[in-house]
Amino acid sequence: MTIQILVAESKNPLLPAIYDITWSSVVFVVLLTFFWFKVLPGFKKMLDERAKAIEGRLAEAEAAQKAAEERTAAVEAEQEKLRAESSSIREEARAEGAAILAEMKAQASAESERLAQIAKSALEAERESAMNALRNEVGGLAIELASRIVAVKLQDDAIANKVVDDFIAELEAKKA
Amino acid sequence: MFKPPTIEEFYPEAIAFAGTPFEINRIMMIRLIVMTVLIVLFWLWTRKFKQAVKAGNVVPGRFQLLGELALNFVRKNIAHDQLGEKDGERFLPLLTTIFFMVLGMNITGIIPFANIAGTSVIGIPLVLALASYVTFIYAGMRRHGVKFFKNSLFPSGVPPAFYVLVTPIELLSTFILRPVTLALRLLMNMIAGHLLLVLCFSATQFFFFQADGLFKLFGAGTLLFGFAFTVFEILVSVLQAYVFTLLTTVYIQLALADEH
Repeated sequence: MTIQILVAESKNPLLPAIYDITWSSVVFVVLLTFFWFKVLPGFKKMLDERAKAIEGRLAEAEAAQKAAEERTAAVEAEQEKLRAESSSIREEARAEGAAILAEMKAQASAESERLAQIAKSALEAERESAMNALRNEVGGLAIELASRIVAVKLQDDAIANKVVDDFIAELEAKKA
Repeated sequence: MFKPPTIEEFYPEAIAFAGTPFEINRIMMIRLIVMTVLIVLFWLWTRKFKQAVKAGNVVPGRFQLLGELALNFVRKNIAHDQLGEKDGERFLPLLTTIFFMVLGMNITGIIPFANIAGTSVIGIPLVLALASYVTFIYAGMRRHGVKFFKNSLFPSGVPPAFYVLVTPIELLSTFILRPVTLALRLLMNMIAGHLLLVLCFSATQFFFFQADGLFKLFGAGTLLFGFAFTVFEILVSVLQAYVFTLLTTVYIQLALADEH
């Protein structure tokens, strides 16, 4: 077979025909131009855009996560602050309440003291005035009695007795 | 009478512009069709990429992913791996063109109704080898100036006396054998592959329809071989495209390297 191929060889496959070179070159130049200026720039642009997009999205996600973390931290801080505030308010209120209570107690006890004092002094004054009045009246009565006794003595003992009885009756009537 | 394939397989009759530098025969037509298919396919992919950019879509669909895989294979697994990202991107247009052009032209060898590789005639292997040759010399000159030739031909670390021996070898291997082997490796693989397939299938035809009696059974064997070699040719198509592109990249990388 090989011999036959060689025998039949009227043409040398290593020597190119002109048309062969022509069309090979045309095809090569067309394809090279096509790949160089059309396919590869488009391909590279797509890859770049993709890389950029992926990077962008990663950065976006990272930023979003960071923002969320910050928000969470802020909320927690806020909560902490509120908690502290509420507890301080509670504490303050408790203290205030205690103070108010103490003050009220003090006030009340002072008031009762004062009222007691007032009552006591009023009582005292009453007693004093009663005493004085009594004293004056007793004095007057004694004098009056004494003077009547003295006057009557001179007339009759019986009368004198009657005077005393009258006086007592008078006193009783006055009292009634 | 069994007629084995001959070298005439690769010189079909002209169908247009016969005798001019623009003569078109079956193989030239296949090349133009492959070129068109490549352009349409990659144009569709490019359109998809553009749509993805416009829509801000970062998740590629199935079709787009296939294009990305194809382009990234050359970009990452060949260019970036050998040359690094910066130089890889610089020479990417040539490498991508070489890879997909060789692959496209090779694969027609097993595509029904085409049945012959666009690379099985020396034109394309030669043009691409020349492009590779010019490119690696350009890369070396651009990086090292005239010192590129000095570095290539008079490698450092060799005693001066040995240059008598080393320099001709380097000259031959770097500046003559590299492009020649690039072109011939591809060409011969495709010629051999085509001849094998034609042999298998024409033998099957012969055994089935012209041979007598039990000889017909041989046809089953040759048909099976035809299947096997068809699968093998797919592998060879991809492999040769890869090898051609990789070697071009390696030549560029050697030219760019500081020490030779």
